[in-house]
Amino acid sequence: MESQALEQAKEIDRKKSAGETLGALAGTTVAIKDNMATIGVKTTCASKMLENWIPVYDATVVKKLKEADAIIVGKTNLDEFAMGSSTENSAFKTTKNPHDTSKVPGGSSGGSAATVAAGAVTFSLGSDTGGSIRQPASLCGIVGVKPTYGRVSRYGLVAFGSSLDQIGPFARNVSDAATLLDVLSGYDPMDSTSINKEYKPLTDVLGSDIKGLRVGIIDELKGPQGFQREVLDAVDETAKLLEKNGATVGNVSIPASAYGLSAYYIIAPAEASSNLARFDGMRYGLRVEEQSAALTNEATRQAGFGMEVKRRIMLGTYALSAGYYDAFYAQAQKVRTLMINDFKQAYENFDVLLSPTSPTTAFGIGEKTQDPYQMYLADVCTLPTNIVGATSMSVPVGVDDNGLPIGVQVFAPPLGEEVMFQVASAIEEQANYNAVPVVGAF
Amino acid sequence: MTITISKDTQFEAVIGLEVHVELSTATKLFCGCANDFGSDPNTNVCPVCMALPGSLPVLNERVVEFALRIGEALDFDVPTQSVFHRKNYFYPDMPKNFQTSQYDQPICMDGKLEIQTSEGTKVIRIERAHMEEDTGKSTHVGSSGRLHGADYSLVDYNRAGVPLMEIVSRPDISSSQEARAYVSELRAVLKSIDVSDVKMEEGSMRVDANVSVRPVGQEQLGIRAEIKNMNSLRSLGRAVDFEIARQIALVKSGEPVIQETRHWDENAGKTSSMRSKEEANDYRYFPEPDLVPVVPTDDMREMVHSSMPELPAQKRTRLVDDWNISDSDARTLVSNPELYEFVQVAVSIGGTDIAKDATSFAIIEVAGELNEKGLAIDVAPITSENLAQVCTLVANAELSRNQAKTLLGYLVDRGGVVSSLVQELGLKQVSDTGALEAIVDEVLAQYSDDVAQWADADEGKRKKLQGFFMGKCMAQSKGQGNPQIFNSLIESKLGN
Ligand SMILES: [Zn+2]
Repeated sequence: MESQALEQAKEIDRKKSAGETLGALAGTTVAIKDNMATIGVKTTCASKMLENWIPVYDATVVKKLKEADAIIVGKTNLDEFAMGSSTENSAFKTTKNPHDTSKVPGGSSGGSAATVAAGAVTFSLGSDTGGSIRQPASLCGIVGVKPTYGRVSRYGLVAFGSSLDQIGPFARNVSDAATLLDVLSGYDPMDSTSINKEYKPLTDVLGSDIKGLRVGIIDELKGPQGFQREVLDAVDETAKLLEKNGATVGNVSIPASAYGLSAYYIIAPAEASSNLARFDGMRYGLRVEEQSAALTNEATRQAGFGMEVKRRIMLGTYALSAGYYDAFYAQAQKVRTLMINDFKQAYENFDVLLSPTSPTTAFGIGEKTQDPYQMYLADVCTLPTNIVGATSMSVPVGVDDNGLPIGVQVFAPPLGEEVMFQVASAIEEQANYNAVPVVGAF
Repeated sequence: MTITISKDTQFEAVIGLEVHVELSTATKLFCGCANDFGSDPNTNVCPVCMALPGSLPVLNERVVEFALRIGEALDFDVPTQSVFHRKNYFYPDMPKNFQTSQYDQPICMDGKLEIQTSEGTKVIRIERAHMEEDTGKSTHVGSSGRLHGADYSLVDYNRAGVPLMEIVSRPDISSSQEARAYVSELRAVLKSIDVSDVKMEEGSMRVDANVSVRPVGQEQLGIRAEIKNMNSLRSLGRAVDFEIARQIALVKSGEPVIQETRHWDENAGKTSSMRSKEEANDYRYFPEPDLVPVVPTDDMREMVHSSMPELPAQKRTRLVDDWNISDSDARTLVSNPELYEFVQVAVSIGGTDIAKDATSFAIIEVAGELNEKGLAIDVAPITSENLAQVCTLVANAELSRNQAKTLLGYLVDRGGVVSSLVQELGLKQVSDTGALEAIVDEVLAQYSDDVAQWADADEGKRKKLQGFFMGKCMAQSKGQGNPQIFNSLIESKLGN
């Protein structure tokens, strides 16, 4: 990785002195969540299963970064196979929150969030299946975007929940996030679910007037259970700031979001149980050899996967089993349809929606590891966006009494990134967030 | 209605066939790797078909086109959209440990195929045909050659991701003869539309049979067994016959037939249990989230429709009508495309008048001879021009049939120019009535005793006598006299 980065840097220097055109990201450094394939560089997914796996190909997003002259300086820690909300499920390392090293950075893209928050890189890539970009962005006080499903190619992203996964940017401000997302967006013939469309640069919409825009606060995502008071207040504050700038603010209901968490914890594990079946010790990755192929498979999976991954494989296998499919998977798909309709209705009256990104600010390391359900609740505000395939992003707006960052989530309909970034940049300007982490290059 | 079983109870078999066909597209179903039989192991592989983490499938459009052709040929409905599912189970030769296949929304539904049976034409309904990927190929190394008891196994992933169509018939087949006729006709159809090389021996066509029996008159179906591992039409016939007999014997002795998968052992000539329904996998099918629904465009449908070649049944009807040949000869030609091509060229040179002769000479004299030598027709010395010329000589009565056969024998062996061979071999037929009359007169004079018997002879006796004189005349002419002219001369000279 290091030698590749130095090579890239030299190449950019050469281009510059030769007067050649430089890519959109020349002069920047990027870190990549370690579940995206990087040619010749280990891609572990923070799992013993892939501890020594070296891809023979680059993910499409990695190719795009290289073409745009970004220098890729590292791979970042995550919850194993992106399953978790605190990065504590990594098989290798514990990542700490730069604002308070006794707290988690959120997850699953905790490493990418902490790296950007600490100023170690210009920006980073995360992947978001139920909130894995937005929630750590919120906990680390930076901007994180989950783009519309199909806007960014998934080719080379090690799959967790294929119908929910989406790669997106982390940055310290809305403008940087827009710059990076502009580079990442676009049709990829290698990903059948990628949208065949040309995109207008998001950097063009930043700072434009929000007068007359209609902002809706989602009723179901403001507690009171489990929601921190300061977080809810921050959403109201943000709405007021927008109102002051000419937006109209109202309340809106997404009734089906009550079932979002349940639907998510059926669909994502179901897809994961199938996606992770390929790790059998036969072709790559960990191999614990036993007397037969079946026993080798069993022993490899036993040794290679951590607790949370096993838990989700079991959940998903169960949900798809004969006799249970209709009660679980089919029902979850119905919730999906209901939620899509609810959001559609909401967008008849509103341009963007607002909610907390995370019900609380960063929690303590070890605080929720013994209670998976509490951990799952950390994504209650973010996962609706994945279920409906739309876009949303987290923007830092302030800190709680302990100085921990608070993020607000802006929702837009599928392919509504322009209006979302327009509102996000207004929020950024008004909120004037400026908390400095205790760890980092500042 | 339950029928009491006695030793005299008559049984009938109910058979459905599942046929897997490897499609002969240039590349695999979901990646750009070559779909190539016979490459070195694990050379036609890439991140997608090896299921490397992060790789994604992209549907090969040619496969959809091939499926549409099959849809046309077997009279299927092709719904607006079809959907891929994941069929989940662990097996080392399947890189993703799920097979991407179609489930409740296949690309082809409700087709049919006509077959010829001893009782005439029968329509076999076909429930569905769907696209799916093939698995890799395992070789179990060790004394047994099967997984159980092997020392170790080797896997070649070249075949992983090769496109397959699975064609599932309704249980409309009632005997091993019908099963063979169905597979044979299906093979001819698939070959004619150029979607597969359909070789059972090489595994590009694989047939599984669902067999059950029930007393004649009983509505309810019996418990079925699925038979696998039949590598030829012959073994399909044998396996089905064995299984029918086995099940009837079980039912007669009051024992239950078990729903299970059975393995056909060609050498032992019997089926044996592989796994029962209780051991069967729960495949946990769900829609493949990495692919979008398959929606063939109107343009694609039209392109396929307008480019469909003549199907075997249509071709047979045309040949019987236009060439005036028998159904059985038409069947032979249609099932042997090279032989058909050989005759077709001859007919295009010599005209449809020679088609009947050309066909029968080609089937018996040419193909028969070549078969014995193990030679393919397209590399044999004889040409279609040769055949056309020989047939024309016969039609013009310049060559007898027997002479034609002799001549064709020569041509099959070493080729040559027909006109010079006729000279060289002295094969020209004499049709000059004057010359032939002299021979007839000579023969009748020589055998006057026999001629004397003619007047009082009955019809049978006369036939015999005529044949006798004929033989003498032909011998006298060294086989070159035109038999028709000889015959009419003999008749007119002997009178009534
Ligand atoms: Zn491939």
